[in-house]
Amino acid sequence: MRAPTSGPEVAAGDVLLSVENVSLSFGGVKAVTDVSFDIRKGEIRAIIGPNGAGKTSMLNVINGFYHPQKGRISFKGKTRSKMRPHEAAHGGIARTFQNVALFRGMTALDNIMAGRTLKMHRNFFWQLLRFGPALAEEVEHRHRVEEIIEFLEIQAIRRVQVGRLPYGLQKRVELGRALAMEPELLLLDEPMAGMNLEEKEDMSRFVLDVNNHYGTTIALIEHDMGVVMDLSDRVVVLDHGIKIADGTPDQVKSNQKVIDAYLGVAH
Amino acid sequence: MVPDAANKADTFPKLLMRNAKSFGDRPAMRHKDLGIWQTWTWAQVLTEVRAYAVGLHRLGLKHGDTIAIVGSNRPKLYWSVMAAQMLGAIPVPVYADAVADELAYVLAHAEVRFAAVEDQEQIDKIRSVSERLPKLERMIYDEKRGLRDYDHAQLTSIDDLIKESKDAMANDASLGAKLDAGIAAGKGIDPSIILYTSGTTGTSKGVVLTGKGSINAAADTVAFDKLNEMDEALAYLPLAWVGDHYLNYAQGLVSGFCTACPESAETAMSDLREIGPSFYFAPPRTLEQLLTRVTIRMEDASRVKRWLFNYFIGVARRYGESILNRKPTPLKGRLLYALGNVLVYAPLKNVLGLSRVRVAYTAGEAIGPDLFAFYRSLGLNLKQLYGQTEAFLYVTAQPDGEIYSDTVGPACPNVDIRIAESGEVLFKSPGMFTGYFKDDAKTAEAMTADGYVKTGDAGFFDEKTGHLKIIDRAKDVGKLNDGTLFPPKYIENKLKFYPNIREVVAYGDKHDFVTVMLNIDLTAVGSWAERNNVVYASYQELAGHPLVYDMMEKHVAEVNRSLASEKVMAGAQIKRFLVLHKELDPDDGELTRTQKVRRGFIAERYAPLIKAFYDGSKEADISTEVTFEDGRKGTIAARVKIRDMKPVPVPVTEKAA
Repeated sequence: MRAPTSGPEVAAGDVLLSVENVSLSFGGVKAVTDVSFDIRKGEIRAIIGPNGAGKTSMLNVINGFYHPQKGRISFKGKTRSKMRPHEAAHGGIARTFQNVALFRGMTALDNIMAGRTLKMHRNFFWQLLRFGPALAEEVEHRHRVEEIIEFLEIQAIRRVQVGRLPYGLQKRVELGRALAMEPELLLLDEPMAGMNLEEKEDMSRFVLDVNNHYGTTIALIEHDMGVVMDLSDRVVVLDHGIKIADGTPDQVKSNQKVIDAYLGVAH
Repeated sequence: MVPDAANKADTFPKLLMRNAKSFGDRPAMRHKDLGIWQTWTWAQVLTEVRAYAVGLHRLGLKHGDTIAIVGSNRPKLYWSVMAAQMLGAIPVPVYADAVADELAYVLAHAEVRFAAVEDQEQIDKIRSVSERLPKLERMIYDEKRGLRDYDHAQLTSIDDLIKESKDAMANDASLGAKLDAGIAAGKGIDPSIILYTSGTTGTSKGVVLTGKGSINAAADTVAFDKLNEMDEALAYLPLAWVGDHYLNYAQGLVSGFCTACPESAETAMSDLREIGPSFYFAPPRTLEQLLTRVTIRMEDASRVKRWLFNYFIGVARRYGESILNRKPTPLKGRLLYALGNVLVYAPLKNVLGLSRVRVAYTAGEAIGPDLFAFYRSLGLNLKQLYGQTEAFLYVTAQPDGEIYSDTVGPACPNVDIRIAESGEVLFKSPGMFTGYFKDDAKTAEAMTADGYVKTGDAGFFDEKTGHLKIIDRAKDVGKLNDGTLFPPKYIENKLKFYPNIREVVAYGDKHDFVTVMLNIDLTAVGSWAERNNVVYASYQELAGHPLVYDMMEKHVAEVNRSLASEKVMAGAQIKRFLVLHKELDPDDGELTRTQKVRRGFIAERYAPLIKAFYDGSKEADISTEVTFEDGRKGTIAARVKIRDMKPVPVPVTEKAA
């Protein structure tokens, strides 16, 4: 997969994105308070925490959807206090959503093609004409999309409207659309939520394959502890918007604060 | 013309060379890759396979070695078969969905040193049983995905192998010359392939077939059905099944037709539509599923469409078959049929991917007369054949114009059939096997003293048509305690012709009355449940639903009425039935890989249910072990209800036949 066009290259293992002292509140509600952590190039990074811990808010901050009141975010060495989602997308950040956000009336193929929009160089009118260079470009993009379809093993549903697909497959199409952007950083918001065991195993395999095959850095939010501990290289734990632990799955698992947050403390 | 040329070439590699010369620019193989059909001509296939063979030779594959082929229908696995045969090695295709244990049995029994496999899944499966395969040296794989971090000491990618060999052959001309000399020296009487039977009766046996026999048999049927290099077929049936090896591989090489491989097993239906094959084979089960799907979709269609469909299918049922058989048909019928063809039949065949089919066959199980007539009435030249692995498929086949739903046709060209006194069908054919691999005792058991092969099927020649009729497996025909004849399959098939019923197992031999276990068809019953607001959470719950039982009771009652109308079968009416809580599954050993029920095994596994059938219980508890797709095991427990049926009184006034 080609590297995104903008920004300097980051070597594997170096910090790709760092979050420094970020605080976010909605009116009087503090969603995230003074959180710092980093994501290194090529790793699978998990953000976990009990309900309402501020995980999705954190993801929305990274992705530029929310603007934190305090703190800074640097992506590939560039520091920004405010970033719009489309800038994040141009910069090489793609995401999936907790509740599937696909175009339900469109086929799986078209949904994934939509992920290529940012990579299209010909303008809208050229594409309407679908002729000459615009056609050549579409063929090229279609080829990349077909590679993703094969990668995710969804050939059989290529021409099926996503609204008619079972939930697990919709999630896979959504992952496909995010992959179509050829992101450098892929944000997955609860990729396994609501899935049965088999679907979870499939999804885990795809997440690992994406990381392994494309070298994509992945940050994911997940509730299923088994999945998180198996998949991720490093885990950051949030509770009530505060970072309570950060480290390898084993370190986090044995951290007393984490155990208390999940199981509660005797009073 | 084609068969003549085929007679000269007595091995498949020689045929491949002939094809590359005679119609080198014609497409030989297609495969849908990244959403686009890739095509190889015969000349290109020859180039690839030669390089592949040289590569295998350099890896150490020798004349007489065996090489396992594990995977779905992919050009590179077909090439593996061809490349091995070029070296005089013997390919042993194995069912791709076989669980690790079955796979280990076949690979160990065949003593394979090499295995050509599709992907990571098969490699993992074989690795998990590697301690049982001390002779296995190397695996060669098609799909690279997920294998990057594997230790490649014993793994080679087919692509890399072919590429390296091409380079080596460019540098050293003697490699190619040596290979060609080896092909020319290949003998038709040497084993060409070993096909393991699906294990309907116990463990699977390796059927050894020769190149010459295979080619002679294929040449006969290619001439019989006038196949040529302009035809096209879709290879979607298991690579390890004799049907695929015969219909696609052998007939393809003999006639030069193009074999297309689907993108994946799940896309076979849409690939069929895109390819539009002219030669088509489908087991009755597939045809049934297709029809069920059409029926379900029509039930959801608008009123006008539904009316059109029902009306013109009625027209087709009345006139279609006589038009197809070129029999005199009233003008009104012809006109209506022509109109129906424009409005319904042609679009329907197009949706099913059957528009261009010139010859279609079905075999493997008895086909429902209604189902058979349905496809024929649409103008599809669907015919029946009868055969088995030991014969290299064909024993009998129906010629164009002599089609009946309850016969399997007269003996094929050059096939000799005899009926034993026990009713068992015996045959001698050009393609017949030379023996079971490493099992002379079983080989002797399967043959008569004068060299006929015992099929194990009971049958007779129909006096009216001269065609063979198969009733059941010879050993399965039993008797009730009162002496009434009990052919289980006959009863099972009658029930299976209902779209709501997927599988049936009948019991009654050495008992007082007949009982059946039913499997619902989840697609059909699920759709019915949706339309009737029947709520269910699982297969098990739907299967045990009282309304589903009511529906099944109606079907069983209808079958009983039909049985009562037949003098011989009136005593074999179904007295009690139940709906099983789980689908019968080949992974649990309940069905064979070709989806035939293993009645004896099921009787043991569900012994509490059988006991409840005959001790009068209204329900019974059952707990069964199931094997998941990844090989792990679990248990399913259920309380299964049993329904009693009222026997239909046998009509007192008998009508003369």
